[in-house]
Amino acid sequence: MALTLYGTTVRSRLLLGTARYPSPLDLSAAVRQSGTEIVTVSLRRETAGSRTGGTFFELIRELGVHVLPNTAGCHTVSEAVLTAKMARDLFRTNWIKLELIGHQDTLQPDVFQLVEAARLLSDDGFEVFPYTTDDLVVGERLLRAGCQVLMPWCAPIGSAMGPQNILALRSMRAEFPEVPLIVDAGMGRPSHATTVMELGYDAVLLNTAVSGAGDTATMARAFALAIEAGKLGHDAGLLEPRDMAVPSTPLIGKGVFA
Amino acid sequence: MSILIKGAGVAGLVLAYELRRRGLNVVLNDAAPQAGLGASHYAGGMLAPWCEREAANETIFDLGLSAADWWDQALPGMVQRRGTIVLALNRDRAELERFARRTHGYQWLDEKCIAALEPALEGRFTRALYFAGEAHLDPRKALLALEEKLVHAGVTLSFGQPMTSPLRRFSKIVDCTGPSAIGNIKGLRGVRGEMLMLETQEIQLTRTIRVLHPRHPIYLVPRGEGRVMLGATMIESNDAGQASVRSTMELLNTAYALHPAFGEARILETGAGVRPAFIDNTPRIVKTRDGIAIAGLYRHGFLLAPALARQAADMMQRDRRKGAA
Repeated sequence: MALTLYGTTVRSRLLLGTARYPSPLDLSAAVRQSGTEIVTVSLRRETAGSRTGGTFFELIRELGVHVLPNTAGCHTVSEAVLTAKMARDLFRTNWIKLELIGHQDTLQPDVFQLVEAARLLSDDGFEVFPYTTDDLVVGERLLRAGCQVLMPWCAPIGSAMGPQNILALRSMRAEFPEVPLIVDAGMGRPSHATTVMELGYDAVLLNTAVSGAGDTATMARAFALAIEAGKLGHDAGLLEPRDMAVPSTPLIGKGVFA
Repeated sequence: MSILIKGAGVAGLVLAYELRRRGLNVVLNDAAPQAGLGASHYAGGMLAPWCEREAANETIFDLGLSAADWWDQALPGMVQRRGTIVLALNRDRAELERFARRTHGYQWLDEKCIAALEPALEGRFTRALYFAGEAHLDPRKALLALEEKLVHAGVTLSFGQPMTSPLRRFSKIVDCTGPSAIGNIKGLRGVRGEMLMLETQEIQLTRTIRVLHPRHPIYLVPRGEGRVMLGATMIESNDAGQASVRSTMELLNTAYALHPAFGEARILETGAGVRPAFIDNTPRIVKTRDGIAIAGLYRHGFLLAPALARQAADMMQRDRRKGAA
């Protein structure tokens, strides 16, 4: 049941963002109660450059889980590469969640720059987790650029809409059966996470759905359980829907025929 | 014997006032050249426990409830009891429901009620939350007034350098140095905040307005004569350097969306400060090497300093009685 990402094996299939919790204590409770083993941390470059985010980053390190730094808020290849390098220094990890925003309003990734940045970073020894769309061709290009994980959105960041294009998610899974696929962004409620896990996705990355909840720790746990349920359901073999009722017991011999 | 308070920001000044009111002798010292130049200088001055409850815990709400009364009693006429209006742009309407679910003490306003309370916002919003029990003050004016009161009451104030004379002549030393205590007090961290001061004669706001936004929420606090304070970012960082372009754009963007007249407003000032906070973003009184500290007021300096000062003053009076017995 374990998941391996660039040689690191984790049991939890929930990756949790660390932004906008009511307090760092709430964040820490959410991590503990969900059992998540990977958290993402956004680096505003001003913070990383002067290392003044120190105390918060120490709190993150003290959570004792893997840190996946991200390039949130970057709009160009050079910004993203610079941020990734700062993150590597700061957190001593080659992991980087590559986020290159192409559209200010929908926060849609700029897939052209994404592929370019992924190539530069992979060549430089980074292990890139690209935040991408559900486009198969882009996915293929990212793999060619050196990525070994793909992280498609299921709806715009923070929208809480849940899976919008099941068909695309399904064909992405079919197209890349061996690549770890993590749905990143757009989740609103636990059932959304179950849905994508039932489609055979390997993990779910989310932030706002938990950090914006009334009780953040409980919501984190709810997502962890929903993800596990979806994964178990998928692995156990789901029934295909049919357009007619199928009785679960034989009809012959029932009173109705008497 | 007198009590030494280190730090003449909101925490130190309020504590000095509270102790002096109880008849204790106080010396107030700040390494800066004058009072209120630290985090307090960039404060919004909102006395808004119901709105803060959206993200803050019950303790903060409870401690903040009496703040407006404390300030009113200390500085008559300084507190504006005009409530808070909370708005969301059309596409973020869901934010308003979320905000309402997290707190209480509000009523829903329709378009007409919004216009009746703030004519400048007429026709721009169809729904809002109104927290009638909330208030605001001008933090800079309030601290100046408090300082003046302290001088009149015989409190010794010294500025420009840290107190070096023998500290044993003080019965108690209280650290109220806010973000300067980061590194000295265990668990204290900095949360950077950026703000702007705007001036426009085109629209008049008379109460605090909060605009909800999933990424860049803002508040506007009127300062009189067409001035409004626009705040504030929340960045996990100890960096007190100048406001960044990105943060300034984010704040101004939401202000412009609130009312296009802000497009023509003048930017009088941009500022950045560091809020001191503990891991639960809740302040507390902690023991230090040479006394106690009121620490971790976070974004609630003006809201919580009175309650914390009262707690600290109670502690000191108890100690004093024990010492006398």
